[in-house]
Amino acid sequence: MARHTLSVLVQDQPGVLARISALFSRRGYNIESLAVGTTETPGISRMTIVVEVDSLALEQITKQLNKLINVLKIVELDDESVIARELMLIKVRADLNARASVLQIVELFRAKVVDVASDAVTVEATGSHDKLEALLEILAPHGIKEIVQSGVVALGRGGKGIGDRAIRSADRPA
Amino acid sequence: MAEKISGAESLIRSLEHSDVEVVFGIPGGAILPAYDPLMDSKTVRHILVRHEQGAGHAAEGYAAATGRVGVCMATSGPGATNLVTPIADAHMDSVPMVAITGQVSGPSIGTDAFQEADIRGITMPITKHNYLITRAEDIPGAIREAFHLASTGRPGPVLVDITKDALQAKSEFHWPASVDLPGYKPTTKPHGRQIKEAARMIVEAHRPVLYVGGGVIRARASVQLRELAELTGIPVVTTLMARGAFPDSHVQHMGMPGMHGSVGAVGALQQSDLLITLGARFDDRVTGKLDSFAPRAKVIHIDIDPAEIGKNRTADIPIVSDVREALIQLIPAITAEFDAGRREDLTGWWRTLNNLRETYPIGYEVPDDGSLSPQYVIERLGKIVGPDAIYTAGVGQHQMWAAQFVGYEHPNTWLNSGGLGTMGYAIPAAMGAKVGMPDKTVWAIDGDGCFQMTNQELATCTINNIPIKVALINNSSLGMVRQWQSLFYNERYSNTDLHSHSFPDFVKLADAYGCLGLRCDDAANVDQTIEKAMSTNDVPVVVDFRVHRDAMVWPMVAAGTGNDEIQFARDLAPKWDRGDE
Repeated sequence: MARHTLSVLVQDQPGVLARISALFSRRGYNIESLAVGTTETPGISRMTIVVEVDSLALEQITKQLNKLINVLKIVELDDESVIARELMLIKVRADLNARASVLQIVELFRAKVVDVASDAVTVEATGSHDKLEALLEILAPHGIKEIVQSGVVALGRGGKGIGDRAIRSADRPA
Repeated sequence: MAEKISGAESLIRSLEHSDVEVVFGIPGGAILPAYDPLMDSKTVRHILVRHEQGAGHAAEGYAAATGRVGVCMATSGPGATNLVTPIADAHMDSVPMVAITGQVSGPSIGTDAFQEADIRGITMPITKHNYLITRAEDIPGAIREAFHLASTGRPGPVLVDITKDALQAKSEFHWPASVDLPGYKPTTKPHGRQIKEAARMIVEAHRPVLYVGGGVIRARASVQLRELAELTGIPVVTTLMARGAFPDSHVQHMGMPGMHGSVGAVGALQQSDLLITLGARFDDRVTGKLDSFAPRAKVIHIDIDPAEIGKNRTADIPIVSDVREALIQLIPAITAEFDAGRREDLTGWWRTLNNLRETYPIGYEVPDDGSLSPQYVIERLGKIVGPDAIYTAGVGQHQMWAAQFVGYEHPNTWLNSGGLGTMGYAIPAAMGAKVGMPDKTVWAIDGDGCFQMTNQELATCTINNIPIKVALINNSSLGMVRQWQSLFYNERYSNTDLHSHSFPDFVKLADAYGCLGLRCDDAANVDQTIEKAMSTNDVPVVVDFRVHRDAMVWPMVAAGTGNDEIQFARDLAPKWDRGDE
């Protein structure tokens, strides 16, 4: 089992998110993370889906996804050549005594403080999954009151977009 | 400016443009606007059924018999949910079908309005695609796409849910010249290099088998299949969904594989070194325990659905294609190999297989208490009625016996619920088949359990002059469940006795529906009863064959076991000939 990041171009039509999430659930695959947003092309949305499955299951997932009429293209973004980011807001305990130490951690991680209260600060951090995990670990001793987290969004490195013909769809044989 | 017509008129005009000749359905509140212009259509006939499930299965039967798209229609809420079973059935068996449902008006959606059900949401996992249409001007495009999706690629059901206000609103009618579905591009032509590799693998195999599934029937590839089989001399097995794709009388036909397949067919697969898989999907009823299925075989897998390839069994040569197109290219590729002198001698393989089928033919024991044997009834029916008729079946013992004993020679003559296993399929499917093929004799071979789920469509048949014939294999039980209770639950018959030798009186029931009702409980009268039924063509016929209740379906691969553990009869395992392995 390994983490796989799928980038899925879909027609922006009512019910398309339901079709995709329902497909995962009825075929017994767990979605680790899912993010949806518009793209540079009107009428087309892009979903970034992270799954932890073996390669056989991944093949089934991409093939089954491709059978959905509203799905236009699926590309697996491999770990080597991907820029993947998630966003996290962390409300961490930070009274006068602890604040300096918390701020130092925030700076080290190139995160930023977006709200301050007398007993807590809210930190906004973006980065890879691993970076955010590390940040959380360091902040934990101060006492984390609340976190909220986005799904992963990801792009392939280099000059090409997944809409380009040269980028092969994940389920097509060579 | 073009004249404006109602969404309902657009819908009917769209059905006319789609060459629809018949719709099976029931009106109700939300779909009511559509039924008004339907009354005036010169080309679309509507058949009023008695239950929406009947409409759905009738559309399936029509589609399976004719190869055209079957159409059913229902109102919102319960009308639509009653279509769910046949839609799921069509999805599992790749039946081209369009289901049209009324929906509550747009502004009422989401308010738990009267007869509101989210049928688009409900049918998402059991349709190839579905639509919720809320604007009149979107109706023609949705219908155009629905028929295109249902009938191309891997066929399947498409649902179009239309709100009542969309049916009532006015708009200009524009029939789209083409469909624009950028996310739908089925691969119908095979990859040339893969075909060459497949040909090479086929001519090098020592124990090849053509494993034929329902896709061969949907792709209308029977002629090409026969050509390939006769060119190569390779044995053929036809799955439950493929019965009729290859003539049962053909010397190369080893029969049906699977849980109740012949020892010859199961043995052929198990001992094979190459499965040439055509439009089949390695269903669990065929493979048994997957890891012991055909353990020494390489696999060539030809299917139009890429997701079927590698799903259950890894393919050594995957070929995504319409199976007919693939065979058209495969045949000359194999001929070229033969011409180059590459050909294996299959004599030893055939010796093994002939020995298997001679030692373990499909057969049955006649009960010694004088009661009627269900297999005998079905065997005689096949002999007397012949292979030009269409046969439908419900689900259970009678279905398996019908698959084993009728004898099929042509595609689209055996209609049954394979994937979903829907009891109650036979009667409405026979009705739909008869509507599509009015010149053919259509027999529903049904069980007494199945029959009581959908027999109200006999009224539809009588009233609309659809003279189907029903062979009711009445063993007074849920026979297949009872068989499992006999084998695996110490003969504790929990809730499988239907008492249908007493209630209802099926002859009276037939009579009440305006059908000819006959009864037969003696082997000596079977032939004349069938002949009487055959000579009655003005009304439907129901024959209550009262049969022995302890008859069992053999051979059997018990659920969860491997195909090598097939039992030829109870506690009787075949002796495999491993001669020249």
